[in-house]
Parts: sequence; C-alpha cells; structure tokens
Amino acid sequence: MPRLAGVDIPEDKKVKISLTYIKGIGSHRARKVAETSGVDPDEFVYDLTEADVAKLRNAIDEYRVEGDLERKVEADIQRLKDIGCYRGERHKEGLPVRGQTTQSNARTWKGPRESKAGK
Amino acid sequence: MPRSVKKGPYVKDSLNEKVDKAKNGEIEEIKTWSRDSTILPKMVGLTIKVHNGKDHVPVEISENMVGHKLGEFARTRTFREHGGIKKKEPITPVG
Repeated sequence: MPRLAGVDIPEDKKVKISLTYIKGIGSHRARKVAETSGVDPDEFVYDLTEADVAKLRNAIDEYRVEGDLERKVEADIQRLKDIGCYRGERHKEGLPVRGQTTQSNARTWKGPRESKAGK
Repeated sequence: MPRSVKKGPYVKDSLNEKVDKAKNGEIEEIKTWSRDSTILPKMVGLTIKVHNGKDHVPVEISENMVGHKLGEFARTRTFREHGGIKKKEPITPVG
C-alpha cells in the first residue's frame, strides 16, 4: 500500500477515490492531483507504478493537507478567540458560531442533553 | 457573497473623519454607532467606543482585527444564567 502525505493507504479503489482519504483532498482536488501528475484518475491504486506514486506525492505537495491543515484551522480559530470578536467568543462558549438557532437543537455544539434540575 | 472589491471596504464617512482627527490628536475619544464599518489598518492602536444598543463599549484595535467589522467586538446580548428551580435561601432565625 502506497503512503502519501503521511499515513494514507487505500489500495483497492480508483485513484480519484483513494486520494480523498487524505484530509484536505476532496473529489475535486483528487481529480486535479491525478491530472497534474499525469495519472489516470480512473486507474486502480494497486495498478500504479512507483513512479506514478512519486508523481502523485509531488502533486499533493502543492496543497496543505493532514496535520498542516489541521494546525492551520486551529490557528485560525485561535486567532478569532484572541481578538475577542463575536465568532471567537462563540467558539469559547462552545455554541454555534454562524448564527444558528440555539433555543432548540444545536446538539453538535452543545453535546448530549443535560437533564434539567427539579424535573 | 462578499462585497465587491471595486468599492473598497465600507467605513461610515463620519467615523472615517473622526479616525483622522483622532490620529492628529484633535479629538481624544471616538464614539460610533456604526457597527458595520470595516476596521482599516489606519485604525490600529486606537480605541473606538462601539455602540452595542445600550452603551458604547471601548474596543482596542489590534492588527489582527483588520478586515473585521466593529460590531463583531461589541456584543449586543447579555447572558443572565438560566432559570430553573431557585435555590432555597437559608432560613434566618427570627429574633
């Protein structure tokens, strides 16, 4: 199984699908990466030669993926928190950041329901 | 959809004038109601009092804030803890 950008190793799939297992590469970029490196996106990964894999690796270097990407996202959020803007404050409070309703729902941010006292 | 680049960042004229004056030392305090004005690089270092619907909240402009709007830094809502059953007050003995 080839290793690309760290630990990603899906083999029994087509290149265009397999590449999307890398964080930061969706279907659009997967196709782009394959094209710029001259690999057929519809080829299966186990059919690739070492040279192909190397070309893919080079093409992926263009993008911020995996750990780098995660660090960037964290840094961006930290910036919002530091300047004390509304979005940053919402991140600190653990509530939805983009104006969603919170009277009901918003469970992703709020986590599991807490039982109300005295009921 | 973001604002067209052609128009440049929006800053209310009255605020813009006050910023220039404050930089020249003509005025000391900037109060504004214009929460939708963009923070420009030239505002860095100033303290602008932004209206939150009730009071003017002092906002110190730092470099990282450039590009945000003033209103993002003056919250309009105050959270006053949720209700629920009130805690019983300890009974004070009479006399």
